[in-house]
Amino acid sequence: MIFGVTRVVNFAHGSLFMLGAYIGFSIFSILPREPVWFAAGVIGTGLFVALLGVAMECTLLRRIYRAPELFQLLATFGVVLMVQDATFWLWGPNDLAISRPPWMRGFVSITGQRFPVYDLILIAIGPAVLAALWLLMQRTRFGMLVRAATEDRDMAAALGINQLGLFTAVFALGAGLAGMAGALSLPSSSANPHLDLAVVVDAFVVVVVGGMGSVGGAFVASLLIGLLQAFGIVLLPKITLVLVFLVMAVVLTLRPHGLFGQPLLPVRGAHAVPVPIGPTPRAAKILGGAALLAALAAPIFAGLYLLSVLTEAAIAVLFAGSLHVMMGPGGMASFGHAAWFGIGAYAAGLAVKFFAVPLPLGLALAPLAAGAVAAMFGWMVVRLSGVYLAMLTLAFAQIVWVMAFQWVEITGGDNGILGVWPPATLGVRGYYLLSVTLCVGCALALRRILRAPFGYALRAGRDSALRAEAIGLHTQRLRLVAVVIAGASAGLAGGVFTYAKGSVFPGYAAVGHSVDALLMVLLGGVQTLSGPVIGALAYTGLYDFLLARTDSWRFVLGAIIVTLVLVFPDGIAGTVLRLHTGRRNR
Amino acid sequence: MTITRRVLLAGTAGTLAAPALLHAQGTQPIRIGEINSYTAIPSFTLPYRNGWQLAVEEINAAGGVLGRALEIISRDDAGKPQDAVRIAGELVNDQKVDILGGTFLSNVGLAVSDYALREKKLFVGSEPLADALVWEKGHRYGYRLRPSTYMQAAMLVEEAAKLPAKRWVAVAPNYEYGQSAVKWFKTLLMKARPDVQFVDEQWPALGKIDAGATAQALAAARPDAIFNVTFGPDLTNFVRQGNTRGLFEGRSVVSLLTGEPEYLDALGDEAPNGWIVTGYPGAAVTTAENLAFIAAYRKKYGVAPGMGSVVGYAFIQAIAAGVRKSGSTDTEKMADGFAGAGFTTPIGRAIFRAIDHQSTLGTYVGRTALRDGKGVMTDWRYADGAKYLPSDDEIRKLRPS
Repeated sequence: MIFGVTRVVNFAHGSLFMLGAYIGFSIFSILPREPVWFAAGVIGTGLFVALLGVAMECTLLRRIYRAPELFQLLATFGVVLMVQDATFWLWGPNDLAISRPPWMRGFVSITGQRFPVYDLILIAIGPAVLAALWLLMQRTRFGMLVRAATEDRDMAAALGINQLGLFTAVFALGAGLAGMAGALSLPSSSANPHLDLAVVVDAFVVVVVGGMGSVGGAFVASLLIGLLQAFGIVLLPKITLVLVFLVMAVVLTLRPHGLFGQPLLPVRGAHAVPVPIGPTPRAAKILGGAALLAALAAPIFAGLYLLSVLTEAAIAVLFAGSLHVMMGPGGMASFGHAAWFGIGAYAAGLAVKFFAVPLPLGLALAPLAAGAVAAMFGWMVVRLSGVYLAMLTLAFAQIVWVMAFQWVEITGGDNGILGVWPPATLGVRGYYLLSVTLCVGCALALRRILRAPFGYALRAGRDSALRAEAIGLHTQRLRLVAVVIAGASAGLAGGVFTYAKGSVFPGYAAVGHSVDALLMVLLGGVQTLSGPVIGALAYTGLYDFLLARTDSWRFVLGAIIVTLVLVFPDGIAGTVLRLHTGRRNR
Repeated sequence: MTITRRVLLAGTAGTLAAPALLHAQGTQPIRIGEINSYTAIPSFTLPYRNGWQLAVEEINAAGGVLGRALEIISRDDAGKPQDAVRIAGELVNDQKVDILGGTFLSNVGLAVSDYALREKKLFVGSEPLADALVWEKGHRYGYRLRPSTYMQAAMLVEEAAKLPAKRWVAVAPNYEYGQSAVKWFKTLLMKARPDVQFVDEQWPALGKIDAGATAQALAAARPDAIFNVTFGPDLTNFVRQGNTRGLFEGRSVVSLLTGEPEYLDALGDEAPNGWIVTGYPGAAVTTAENLAFIAAYRKKYGVAPGMGSVVGYAFIQAIAAGVRKSGSTDTEKMADGFAGAGFTTPIGRAIFRAIDHQSTLGTYVGRTALRDGKGVMTDWRYADGAKYLPSDDEIRKLRPS
């Protein structure tokens, strides 16, 4: 619902669920234990979390509705980090489980087997909520406004509907439902610090499979996935890790907008038409040159730890830059970019593990493998657009992760592949120079590609596909080439990272790593390649610095991200560019 | 450059000011770099940190090790091996630690251990349970404190073999720890009891168990007994659904790590009765060391210690003993000297074995019981780790030469 109306990809929705569980725990500990009080507690929790959602929307999201698509994701990610530390401070580190009163422990006999009464209640609540929402959507004025805004936000605004008030109300409703869900999950489970990330990815999958903006679709999708999981584990117990993503991949390939979704109308006028990329300002060139010289001279004056941080920063620059190729000029946001990184990393790692290849060959195999896989599967991805494309890339990345995780004989499973080090003669300093040369060199090559006619054609396809096709540009093919280039570059980053750390783990291809890449691109700005470079340096520097300094690094990092989002609504580089262009034009 | 008087004075002053000459090596503190998942798994690592802080305090108050104080530089690794490796680099290169140690997750432990091998620094893993840490990926500079997955599975098999159950099912989280635990339990139990068969296995994703469906699937196989490896929120979920559906009635349950207070307390008043578990019975263990430890812990922190606290405390005891036996903090001397070092912990005495650098620290095996609305361990006994390890020949085959 939140996405349908506001187009905000709310990463913090899992945090709202988690807050609902913790707040529900506190409320239930002081209420009497009869069913009526439990229901009151659930509703109370929902109201509480709705208020928190309103607070989040008013203070943070409202200021960045004008920002480019997906930028709000960055802000919500900052909120996720802050909420993680906040719940730790308020409720402590332990898992909190409510004591179940007798009515919650009861069971009924169905076909000779015991079935918990509470599960029956939950089964009844599902359609009840759906019915209530349907009534709200179809039979009230508020619902009519929500449907109108989902279908065509700008038209609704043109007709005089108070958009901001509507968004706040929808956010409150969505947050309240999430909070109630958190409270309802308490009797079976517990309030624990991992709820947010456990829930949010599955929630996104359900919403995408059902069709974004369609509440009925979400209901059908959740039923479908729940049934498949319950029966799937009887036939294939090890399928638990990958099932939802396989379902999502299949559904998106067959029905690109989800089961009941409509093609999303582009939001008109909310953000400026992408500025055509002019020549790089001289100041930026001088700054970039100086930074490069400093980076190459670093082994002389920097200690070994600082060099390891700078190596990571160089790799992050390439990783974010490769995502930018897809996201910026290609117009294809990706939630699964770490898949290419992981494939490149494993290509190097497996080559060393099984064939003991020398360093240059391992580093060469990484981009080749990633690029090859990108070429094989990219055609499925480029058929889609918008958030559906992003979610298909997520599905693909999760499948890669699961393969690395479960194919233990080859990949070592979650114990990974160890001992993938560069030759000792190279040393930390030598490998640092090699990483900088490869990563920065590749990033500069990407920049050259994006300013070549290919880059212009790609941007033409993004800005106006029809016009581009009319003048003879094959937009699908261009996008596929962009995916392959992005994949290969990310693969190279993965290979360099493997040798830097001496090991490969499935986590290199995990969702968290893809989100890191997204953050770096969004933080820096999507418009030009300097954005992800600055974003990568800023994020890596901040993260490495904070992790070593304080136990509350999550809160500080989240707060800094939120602040940066508010201060630089186009990303750091983007805002600077906009100010520079604005000043120049005056 | 001509040697003028000014140059000579400046040079002498500079040389004298160099710290390395002013401090004799004997009074500098012993620096231990400790890495753990303090934000990712706080329910375990915070009691663990309390444990090692208490141990450091006590040892320094008693005069330190080799006349030198212990200094711990502790870092969070965010639960990711790549961050842990970088942080290990900071500790080794910037902080100049003498020993690396800690870690909780097996993949983090393996990554840091591999880094330690490369940098030729001593690594003492405290928490990670992966067998590979000292076997397939073991090396000269790596030591491990806690009883491994193999050892704890073997302890449980000893009890499980006494049960009349013939049809077994296993439920374990779908990652290396779960897979290892089930593998060893099955292998060792079928060796001890050839009449036993495993009729089903369930592999819920870590943290995302569909407990109702899992319980149904297990019940459908009509087992006599269940081997459970789930922990944390998954365990809470599984126990609640299992209790309501009657999964555990008339069946024996053997469960890994469930007796640890961190996991047992979370179950609250739904803690099961009669499960065979490994864990820590707390103040019910009335040995002098344990009671002294619990008293000191309560005095400093106001709460009872958990399993993590014992591990953290033992971690420092083990390192102190290793350094004393080696006689210095030179890595090569410690790599040889730690082997055979004996140390006393609240739960018993242990040594680091020379053959694989695994400590013989054990754990308690007993049964769960519900008392006053809380789960406790009863009928427990201490299982000495030394008795639950494979033969030396088998280990030599596993360790890289």
